[in-house]
Formats: sequence, C-alpha cells, structure tokens
Amino acid sequence: MAVAAEQKTDKLYGQAPKETTQFQQIVRRFLRNKAAVVGLIVLLLMYLVAIFAPYLASESLDAMNIPARFTPPSLEHPFGTDNLGRDVLSRMIWGSRVSLSVGFVAMTMAVAIGSLVGAVAGFYGGTWIDILLMRLAEAISIIPVFFLLITVVSVIRPSIFNIMLVIGVTSWPGLAQIVRSQFLSLRQRDFTEASRAMGASDARLIFRHILPNAAGPIIVSATLRIGSAILTESSLSFLGLGTQPPLTSWGQMLSQGRPFLLQAPWVSIFPGLAIFIVVICFNFVGDGLRDALDPKMKR
Amino acid sequence: MARYLTKRILNMIPLLFIVTLLSFGIMQLAPGGPEYVILSAEADAMSDPQQVEALREKWGLNDPVHIQYFRWVGNMLQGDFGKSYYYRLPVKEVLASALPNTIRLNFFALVLIYAISIPLGVISAVRQYSKTDMIVTATAFAGQAAPSFWVASLLIWGVAMNSGGLIPTNGISTPGITFETYGWLSVLADRAKYMFLPLIVIVFGGLTGLTRYMRSSMLEVLREDYVRTARAKGLAEKVVIYKHALRNAVLPILAVSGGLLSSLVGGSVIIENVFSWPGIGRVAWQAVNNRDYNVSMAVMLLSAVLTMIGYLLVDIAYVWVDPRIKYD
Repeated sequence: MAVAAEQKTDKLYGQAPKETTQFQQIVRRFLRNKAAVVGLIVLLLMYLVAIFAPYLASESLDAMNIPARFTPPSLEHPFGTDNLGRDVLSRMIWGSRVSLSVGFVAMTMAVAIGSLVGAVAGFYGGTWIDILLMRLAEAISIIPVFFLLITVVSVIRPSIFNIMLVIGVTSWPGLAQIVRSQFLSLRQRDFTEASRAMGASDARLIFRHILPNAAGPIIVSATLRIGSAILTESSLSFLGLGTQPPLTSWGQMLSQGRPFLLQAPWVSIFPGLAIFIVVICFNFVGDGLRDALDPKMKR
Repeated sequence: MARYLTKRILNMIPLLFIVTLLSFGIMQLAPGGPEYVILSAEADAMSDPQQVEALREKWGLNDPVHIQYFRWVGNMLQGDFGKSYYYRLPVKEVLASALPNTIRLNFFALVLIYAISIPLGVISAVRQYSKTDMIVTATAFAGQAAPSFWVASLLIWGVAMNSGGLIPTNGISTPGITFETYGWLSVLADRAKYMFLPLIVIVFGGLTGLTRYMRSSMLEVLREDYVRTARAKGLAEKVVIYKHALRNAVLPILAVSGGLLSSLVGGSVIIENVFSWPGIGRVAWQAVNNRDYNVSMAVMLLSAVLTMIGYLLVDIAYVWVDPRIKYD
C-alpha cells in the first residue's frame, strides 16, 4: 500500500529524484578506492592467466632442458630457468592454477563452516549449543595453525584436495566468531521479532532474515581469507607438505629453488613475488570492500 | 581478581580437553589406523603378521579407542609423553632442549615488534594522510602479504652475497665460542649475530598487523572528547598525544597480543626451518616428516598450552593496566 502511494505522489509531482540502489552506492564507494580497484584488476588478470594457462605458457610444465639450466632471465626465458632447465615463467603460469584455486576453495569451505557455526551459535546465544560450538572454535584457534596443519597434512598425506580441505577446516573459527557477534545483535532487532511473531521457523529466521544482514562482514572476511589461504598453501608447499610433483604451485617452486638460492636467485624471487602481489591485491580489495560495505567502519 | 583468575583457569580445562581430543582424533585419521604410524618405527616387524599382532598387543592397540585415549591422557598427566622414535629419546627431553631456543627468539621478536609498532602507529595516526603515514601504511600492507620464507630467502641471498660471512644465515651459535674460552661479551655478540636475520623476518611479518591496529586505535582516541578538552585547556600537543591519548590507545593493542603470540609460535615452523634454528618448530617439522607421532602430538598440546597461558597473561595485564575493567 505504502509503495503504491509513494508511486502516486511521484506521478503527481513529476520527476522523482534520481534513485540509487544500495548496491550502486556500494559499487560507487568501492570504485573511489584506487588501491582496491587496481587490486581487483590485477587479480582478474591473474585468474585469466590461470584459466588460459595452456595457451599462455610457452613450454609445458616439465619441459626439461638440462644444458640450459640456470639461465638468467633473458628474452627467451623472461624469468630464467631452474635446475632442470625448465622455464620459470611457464611453470609459474601452470602453478598459478593451483595457488589461485586453493585459496578460493579453502576460503569457500571456511566461509561455509564458519557462517553455519557462527549463525547457529549466535542465534541460540547463551545456550549449551552456543557454548559447545564456541569452545570448539576456541580450541582449534589456540593450537598455532601451522602445528595443526603440518600434523594433519602429514597424517592424511599431502595432495591438493587435502590441502584445500585442511586449510578450510582449520581456518573457520575466526569467521564463526564474527558471524556469531553479528547474530547476537541482529536476533534482537525488530525485523527478527516481527518475522518470529508471524510464525517463521528458526531455520527460516537464520537463513532468510538474519544471514543476509550479516553478509557484509562475511564478504570482507572471505576476501581477506583467500589471500591468507594462498599464503598458507605456499608455506606448506615450501615445507614440502603441500602441492606434490608433478603438479606445481608457487610455494613449491620456491622450495625447489631454495638449494640454488645463491646460484640462481631468480628461481626463488619470481614465484615469491607472484604470491606477494596476489596476497596484497586480495588485502587491498578486502579493505576496499570493508569501506564500501560499511562506511561507518572507515578508518 | 582472585575469583576471576580461578574462573579463567577453570575455563581452560574444557579447552584443554577438546585439544587432547583433537590431537588424538587426528592420529586416528591415519590410513590403516594409528598402528601403522607407531609400528612403522619398528619397520622390520611390519611384514610379519604375527609380530604385528604381538606389537599391537604390546602397545595396547587392541583395546577400545576410548580406553586408549584415557591411557594416553593419563600418562601425560603424569608427565609421560612417550618416546620419540626419531631421536630415540623421551619426548620430554626432545622438547626441553628445543623449547628455550624458540622462546628466546620469539621473546626478542615480541619486544622489538612492540618497540617499533607502537611509535610507528602513533606517528602515522598523528600525521594522518601525510607522506610518513603513506609509507608506514604501505610497508604494513607489504609485510602482511610477503611470505616469510620469501623474505627470508631474499635476505639470505642479499646478505650472504654481500656480508662476506659476517652475518651467518643458519644455525644458532658458532661452535667453540663459549663463556669459558671467550668471555661473555663475544658470546653475546656471537649469539646476536645468529639471531639477526631470523629476527628481521619475524619482526617484519609481525610488525604490520600491530602497526595498523595501533594507528586505527590512536585515530579513534584522538577523536574523543577528553582529547579535545586537553587541547582546549591549552596543553602542549606532545602532552596531549603522549600522556592523554597514547595511554588509552595502547590498551586495545594488549588485547590482540595473544593472537600475535600464537602466530609467532606457529610461524616458527618456517623461520626455524629456513635458518636451521634448533627450536620447537624445527622439531615439529622433523617429527611430521619422520612420522614421529608422539612428538607431533606433544608439540601440538604444548603449543596450545603455551598459547593459553599467553592469553591468560594478556587478560591479567589488561585488568591490571585498565582500572575501569572490573571482573568478579
């Protein structure tokens, strides 16, 4: 009724002021942040490179050429060659597929678990289920993450899938705590009370009414988390507990280049630089999203 | 305070219980069950089913899982962490020789991180959007994104190429330089020399989060009414910032120290590996590679306990520093 009345007044008084949806405002605020925009563009390019790796890599993943080993960067090999004469740039392009997808999948898993646990704990805040879930989250987060990761990975054997799984399963507690605190305040708002009064079930309240309102912090934290998942994968691979040959990732390339650091520093420098750039871009985008989604939080 | 402390310590018990369940549960995940992890240490027995059965019986692996769990926890409560297969020593001894090295390195790192990040955060907040602020913020972003092993590799490459052997890139001390032969001054210099590179890497990585946090906390405080009051009554800007604002801005920094501590200990796996630092991180990595399971589980538990104690100390410090907070 109210909407219809408003439309009528618009007609009566002629041109309504130009309306912007909330989404448009968010996009506008995001676009104003230069670092975030540059970060987003660089990331899109990186993901395009990963997707079109077969067309972009000049050599296959394992094209060995022993006589050409340790060639410094040149026109033919822009990033040089490694100890087996493999082209570093080509391997980095192939490796980007692992590095970039691990971050994405692990983050998705962590967000799914963290949101669910945080939502349930926050919605039933103060009850035994809240206490139980939060204690579990706390217990996982007090074990320094690397000790937990290397132990689990060594037990279930390193493989890309296991790495994604383990990073996802161990990195949800922080997110659960964020979602929980959102739920604790949102569940007392009028709109929640109103839907409850209309007979909405708990599941409907959680997923249809409250969760969408907590989306902002979840999206921001998810973006930052992709970066940290990529860092974690590269660290695990560097320790030899991550991506296993014949596949490669940037962290693994660094690990392989380590014995030849003084002889051929380029084998280590460029993959590390790629990790650095991707993670910093995710952090830029995450920060930009935070400011765009919640201008009040702008520091 | 005493009641609050008791409550906090009692709260640690269910947490510890969950951590033991997790560590024990992880071992049950091993393909083919934990016996292969434990028995593979006695490799020659593996091919003979009769011997495997005898070993299973000897290790109590035929008992129900919950009995095994309680036996394991019971032994630990009596200070028995089992035996390391790799080092052929009791786990306790392996940890006791490694732990001080890790604590020493991280203690200095922590002190440096605070000593640098607090002034840095203050300066960049006071001169918001200035050139200094831009540089500090950019460095903070860089430190957060740079993989520690990459920074370490770059440093080793740069330093080893240029320092002419002056700054060592791995190990903890020069063999032979001891208190008896050289005196304490050269011992100190020697140990500091070895700590130089690992410290740079740890501090660079740990600095950034804290600096950004300090900056935003300071910015918030500077907008408070009491800061405006202090300025209005004509106090010097230095007094306003360092006496009125800083004290309040530092408080939230304390709250995040627990997490920092945990990430420092976790990060030691990589740092100690790159620099061959004989600490707990290196022990953990070797244990994992050699399927030295008793050591792995003990390290996980120990690091969790250490983190918990860290959090507890932070909480106590918080109450002590901020008289507004009252717990019952």
